[in-house]
Amino acid sequence: MWQIYALAFLMIAGSLVAVHTRYLLSAVISLAVVGLALCVAFLYLQAPDCAITQIVVEVLALIILIRATGVEKDISEIRDKREVFVIETAVIFIVVFAFFIFKALNYLPQFGHPLMRVSQEYINKGLAQTGSANLVTSILLDFRAYDTLGEATVLFTAILGAIIVLREVGRKEK
Amino acid sequence: MSPIKNNSQGMSVIVKTVAKFVVPPIVLFGIYMVLHGHLTPGGGFPGGVIIASSFILLTLAFGREVAFQKLKRSTASLLESIGGLIFLSLALLGIGFGGWFFLNFLPKGQPLRILSAGFIPLANIAIGIKVGGGIFAVFLVLIMFRVKK
Repeated sequence: MWQIYALAFLMIAGSLVAVHTRYLLSAVISLAVVGLALCVAFLYLQAPDCAITQIVVEVLALIILIRATGVEKDISEIRDKREVFVIETAVIFIVVFAFFIFKALNYLPQFGHPLMRVSQEYINKGLAQTGSANLVTSILLDFRAYDTLGEATVLFTAILGAIIVLREVGRKEK
Repeated sequence: MSPIKNNSQGMSVIVKTVAKFVVPPIVLFGIYMVLHGHLTPGGGFPGGVIIASSFILLTLAFGREVAFQKLKRSTASLLESIGGLIFLSLALLGIGFGGWFFLNFLPKGQPLRILSAGFIPLANIAIGIKVGGGIFAVFLVLIMFRVKK
């Protein structure tokens, strides 16, 4: 159990470094630390499907972000002073959010003891009804295939938007 | 034949030589992950991203011309659309076979065999094609875009 807490601490530290560092490349690498720690946390929570997807997408996003920052000359230094109003607003929102999430977390079942009846139904009958040995795939592509179709549509729309915005054909000369 | 010696673009000779040996196992692992999605951890999405990442490694190591010989951006976009259409038509075939949307109409078969679980392997292949083509296309668009001056 302490491994999860250590990984959570590492993730919080990585995101704090990503927020407070002065250079974009350092922020990108700190974000990669957060993602890799999340991958190991998925492995500890016995979710290999999530861990595989997380590490693959994390490495890909890291490559794209590193290429996008421009490693040769990193001139993205932040020099402005932070405003007091922004910090006060952030602290107030964090306090309110922490209060309500503390109230909500009291109603959740204890860690490692799921009480959900729907998931138990899937675990019991998934192999017999779909014939898929990997239960995650049987839920993704059979019980909840409509969600997967929506997810595929979201990905399609995002890629379509990126291709249209960054196209080379039909762009006006300046 | 050898794009390594002729091409001065891309990274150094060490990176090119290593990439030449590493790219085929990565593609093979991606195909394994797509095809065994209903048996082992993984599935269409991570398998497709792994295949796309092998092409990204080719692009980064050898420059854009060599990678474009293997897979153009228009081809990648076409693959994404084809994968999405295959997935959607699998869903619609369920209605055609007298059931509902996303009916698992194929026979279930024996569990733990590669030909089992109805149409789930086909849907995994469709999602793998879609995600692989889409991720590679968006990579090319995001990385290789330069404003002409």
